[in-house]
Amino acid sequence: MHELAVTQGMLSIALEHAAKAGATKITHINLVVGEISGIVDDSVQFYFDFVSKDTTAEGATLNFDRVPARFRCHACGAVFSPENRQWTCPQCGELSVEIVAGREFYVDSIEVE
Amino acid sequence: MKIPILENILSANDRLAAENQKLLAKKGILAVNIMSSPGAGKTSLILRTIEALGEEVRIGVVEGDVASRVDADTIEGLGVPVVQINTGGTCHLDANMVRGSLDQLPLDHIELLLIENVGNLICPTDFALGEAVKVMIPSIPEGDDKPYKYPAMFAAVDAIIVNKVDLLPYLDFDLAAFRKLVTGLNPDVQVFEVSCKTGEGIDGWADWLSAVWTTEVPPRRI
Repeated sequence: MHELAVTQGMLSIALEHAAKAGATKITHINLVVGEISGIVDDSVQFYFDFVSKDTTAEGATLNFDRVPARFRCHACGAVFSPENRQWTCPQCGELSVEIVAGREFYVDSIEVE
Repeated sequence: MKIPILENILSANDRLAAENQKLLAKKGILAVNIMSSPGAGKTSLILRTIEALGEEVRIGVVEGDVASRVDADTIEGLGVPVVQINTGGTCHLDANMVRGSLDQLPLDHIELLLIENVGNLICPTDFALGEAVKVMIPSIPEGDDKPYKYPAMFAAVDAIIVNKVDLLPYLDFDLAAFRKLVTGLNPDVQVFEVSCKTGEGIDGWADWLSAVWTTEVPPRRI
């Protein structure tokens, strides 16, 4: 829901690293986005087309690597993927979990020329 | 050529939040980030907290809202220093907005800063402000299934203040199931059941906050 702010953040990270490497064009920005991060791919792409204008990232392809949510059971340590409202541990039946994946939101790498 | 980066996209906000935290610690201020969906009772809880602790601790307030300063005016009426941040449509407060509001508050005369975030259960989770304590307010009419929908928020907070418990007899909110779910997600969380309307349960919350303030904030005067 705050894709404009995060798209600007993502762009400035990419531009900074590209400039440091002396690159003149960014062709790809590879992002890792967790399922429960609240970030909508299409919306990031929409804002990116605007905010990247006249930068070395203009026209770059955004790749989204979506990471599904994973929980670890506090009781037995089993790691599982929650399905809808099935949060009880499939191994021991406890309802006590730690979110171990699904909240990611970072720039993994960029590809430049 | 591929350049590995591995940088969190919100790292710029995190850096600013760390600066805010440093400033607040230096001034001996405990900052509390108060989050909830719209209408759950953030302003009502702030008013109740001022009523309960205002004699003992010097309180300041940052009011985040998409527009208007209705809430800020109410708080100002109590003689409490308050800054209104209008985010102009943005769905959360960020560290930069809070930094700007700190410049407008009499920090030397504040010991407890209550920051009312924008009503939203998704975005505020990811934006640190420099607070020492995060709390959220679910309310009875919203239903007991909110942790399933917003697990990141429920997992991130230090206290959950369930508001509007005076409505429990009229609605199907399963408090026991709710408590089991949130403590499963967040074993260390404090859960309080309150009604900002009747005042029920406010003492428990205020006592806890006062105890955190006493432990966390080093004495700074004299």
